[in-house]
Amino acid sequence: MSNNKVSRRQFLSYTLTGVGGFMAAGMLMPMVRFAVDPVLQKSAGGDFVLTDKKVADITEVPERVDFTFEQVDAWYKSDVTNTAWVYKEGDEIIALSPVCKHLGCTVNWEGDPAHKNQFFCPCHAGRYEKTGKNVPKTPPLGPLDQYEVRVNDGLLEIGKAIPNTLV
Amino acid sequence: MLNKIYDWVDERLDITPIWRDIADHEVPEHVNPAHHFSAFVYCFGGLTFFVTVIQILSGMFLTMYYVPDIENAWESVYYLQNEVAFGEIVRGMHHWGASLVIVMMFLHTLRVFFTGSYKKPRELNWMVGVLIFAVMLGLGFTGYLLPWDMKALFATKVGIEIAASVPLLGGAIKTLLAGDEHIIGAQTLTRFFAIHVFFLPAALFALLAAHFIMIRRQGISGPL
Repeated sequence: MSNNKVSRRQFLSYTLTGVGGFMAAGMLMPMVRFAVDPVLQKSAGGDFVLTDKKVADITEVPERVDFTFEQVDAWYKSDVTNTAWVYKEGDEIIALSPVCKHLGCTVNWEGDPAHKNQFFCPCHAGRYEKTGKNVPKTPPLGPLDQYEVRVNDGLLEIGKAIPNTLV
Repeated sequence: MLNKIYDWVDERLDITPIWRDIADHEVPEHVNPAHHFSAFVYCFGGLTFFVTVIQILSGMFLTMYYVPDIENAWESVYYLQNEVAFGEIVRGMHHWGASLVIVMMFLHTLRVFFTGSYKKPRELNWMVGVLIFAVMLGLGFTGYLLPWDMKALFATKVGIEIAASVPLLGGAIKTLLAGDEHIIGAQTLTRFFAIHVFFLPAALFALLAAHFIMIRRQGISGPL
């Protein structure tokens, strides 16, 4: 037994650790996978929502359009109303998300009388130009998100939020 | 690598004696199944603890999805079982483990009884064990209501009626358990949830600690 490099004690310790580790993994793996499931689940989203806004009525001045859709939140279904700021740029319809890129408050068009032709966030006086581009030296670090839009029988349809394509 | 980390900590905190106190103890020949196969009956206490650990872990993970509310409880259980990855497994572990704990604990009690291990000087440990038995049955009873399906509701109605049959105090016990004089509903569910995940586990940890400290202090009882 001179070429025996693994002692009995070591062999026993390795086997027990291995088998024990295998059993512990078999126990913990389903639980961990169960816990991280929300991270790995594909988000369905992206369906277009029909609004009651006639495309013909959209002007070059951003206007608030509310749209309601059924949100499925795990076991809880509810109607959620979101808002978009909608205007025409030439023939193109632009719909901007009202969620401020600073800390997620809601911005208003010309919400501050001192700054015409700009979106204004009341929380920390963040400002954006009409394209959604954030005004330098105000808190937001990026432009407002944009919604995908579509026209259905003369009415506006709003899709999912995408990064701003105008800036 | 692991050895180096261990040595680094040990050099500073001298943890080896603590570790030795916990893990290094005598296992007499008459309780070692390698010597006498029939000694496997001495494993039931450890198996009860092992299943209890699984119950604690799987229960912690289940509360990530479960809500103790009469509108949503059943829906959330349905969701976690059918929509979440491995939900059936994790809920299954908790469901079957609950029965297994009772079985193992009962076998452990029988072993202690028939080997006479409850006799002096171990009477206190037997008493703590009986309290653990009661806490485990309480965990089973309160956990049974939480899925909020028909079986759970009617089992709890019956259980609370049994509690209400106690002379004199019955009515008060019923109200205390159900949260309402007449209704088994919203308040019953939140109460049972709180008892199931906070109060009884806290009592269980304290009792288990006492149980284990006593067995280490007194050692395993001698051979028959």
